[in-house]
Amino acid sequence: MSKEFVCIVCPNSCRLTVSEKDDEITVTGNDCKRGIDHGISEYKNPLRMITSTVAILGGTLPRLPVIGTGEIPKTRMNDCLDEIYGVSVSAPIKRGEIIIQNIKDTGVDIVASRSMNKKER
Amino acid sequence: MISVKADIVVIGGGPAGLAAALKARQLGAEKVILIERDTELGGILQQCIHDGFGIHRFGKRLSGTEYAQEFIDQTERSDIEIKLDTIVLDVTPDRMIYACNSLEGMFEIQAGAIILAMGCRERTASQVLIYGDRPTGVLTAGAVQRYINMEGYLPGSRAVILGSGDIGLIMARRMTLEGISVLGVYEAMDKPGGLTRNLVQCLDDFDIPLHLATTVTKVHGHERVEAVTIAKLDKNRKPILETQERIECDLLVLAVGLIPENELSRNAGIEIDPATKGPVLDNTFMTSVPGIFAAGNVAVVFDLVDYVSLSGEIAAQGAMDFLNGKIDCDEPYQKVETGENVSFIVPQRVRPSANKTTFFMRVKSSEKTALLECTADGESVLEKRCRYIAPPEMLTFDLSCCGSKPLEVSMKKEEKL
Ligand SMILES: Cc1cc2nc3c(=O)[nH]c(=O)nc-3n(C[C@H](O)[C@H](O)[C@H](O)COP(=O)(O)OP(=O)(O)OC[C@H]3O[C@@H](n4cnc5c(N)ncnc54)[C@H](O)[C@@H]3O)c2cc1C
Ligand code: SF4
Repeated sequence: MSKEFVCIVCPNSCRLTVSEKDDEITVTGNDCKRGIDHGISEYKNPLRMITSTVAILGGTLPRLPVIGTGEIPKTRMNDCLDEIYGVSVSAPIKRGEIIIQNIKDTGVDIVASRSMNKKER
Repeated sequence: MISVKADIVVIGGGPAGLAAALKARQLGAEKVILIERDTELGGILQQCIHDGFGIHRFGKRLSGTEYAQEFIDQTERSDIEIKLDTIVLDVTPDRMIYACNSLEGMFEIQAGAIILAMGCRERTASQVLIYGDRPTGVLTAGAVQRYINMEGYLPGSRAVILGSGDIGLIMARRMTLEGISVLGVYEAMDKPGGLTRNLVQCLDDFDIPLHLATTVTKVHGHERVEAVTIAKLDKNRKPILETQERIECDLLVLAVGLIPENELSRNAGIEIDPATKGPVLDNTFMTSVPGIFAAGNVAVVFDLVDYVSLSGEIAAQGAMDFLNGKIDCDEPYQKVETGENVSFIVPQRVRPSANKTTFFMRVKSSEKTALLECTADGESVLEKRCRYIAPPEMLTFDLSCCGSKPLEVSMKKEEKL
């Protein structure tokens, strides 16, 4: 089996081909060594940063932006987003406050990516 | 009318204005006023919830909101006077500012120095010559970003995106994650406008097709967008009629570029550079009107917020020097010309007595290896080897002494490093 990726480690944008044969993974198309690690991780377990919003009650805006404390496997993205969409918090909130701890057992916390005051009436 | 005085007034509370106000206060300006027309500080960053901001400054990939919060917290802790919900209506060449808000009504501020930090606005449909009806559902990417990320409202269910710059790509991913089906990104040029990282993580990750040398030629629908017509473009960028295709959708997202917001600057008689569409600046980021400075996207469309903050700090230093009488406004300027493969450079002119000057520039075409060269009257004063230069990425370099000869900056292709 083989897959193609564009390396994003540096702006050279090499076109990587990652092939697997008899449990051995080989990367070709990389101009430097860093492309090998990137190719293997994209092939085996690509990671992505998760950012989204949750509902916030009584805040100056209806949505509060959130971010992961680390990257999560790409394959878990939708799962994690589903959980995030189900959450609602109340103002005030400080940036960095944990909104969901260890989301879907990924080891990553979801935290507020800004502070938000209560809406004055 | 209320009339007040201030040492430095900063117009616009985005990252440029925040950095400028903080730096001015740090450098000892006694009374700094920061004016923002929105109900909160942060500017465009408050709608940028994705990560990738602050790699240079903080060494981490923060979200736009996190980056803004760092500066907002510092500003709120300081004694900078923050005026929210306040719009500046006019700026005069003798540094009088006319502004208004619902509490104080109309008021004027006599400023020792002014820093313009109004950011930029997005190009709209009429500016890219799309014909047809004007139904609901034609929105700029920034408007869609604000609706989804701040207001929690989805403006459509089937979207076509015009423009492959970073904002278009980021919105392709964002809309997909929110359940909007993104049918494709259409780009009139034959190369994508955005960074490879965004092409991979925003389009490839979700199998969103990118159509190069293709544009939207017509919008269909009366009340609401029903469809758009797209067509391939020939070498002269004319639509090829046989390739026209109708695509059913209810949202057309325009991500077709940003223009510095310079209405106030023009009214103040500030000279504008047609290449950057922002004020002509000098080594202190002062405009053609003495005592009025500019920073951030109002000066030139930066794409890296780290550079935006840096430009705010440069302008604040300039404004302080102006206040303290350290700038000799009668000293003649030396022009900084754009040479081979340079589409623009900021600042556009320098004073020979300038110490260190930071330049920002963009190239016209991509090269794997190139030589950045700065010459004074034909003689080389700076050479720097660069790798992987490309138009979407702004470049910056410092020149320690500008001298009294006209400068030219070029980026020549090199075969081997
Ligand atoms: C839609 C959009 C999306 C973007 N996405 C990204 C991205 O994903 N990544 C990235 O690195 N960069 C992005 N950018 C670029 C981003 O704008 C800059 O990095 C940065 O925010 C520019 O900072 P600024 O302070 O110059 O302008 P802004 O952030 O635009 O701030 C200008 C401020 O001035 C205020 N203002 C304007 N006129 C007046 C007036 N007359 N009176 C009072 N206040 C006024 C405005 O309300 C605003 O708050 C985006 C830009 C736009 C337009
Ligand atoms: S393989 Fe090396 S040279 Fe090529 S894009 Fe990746 S990091 Fe850059």
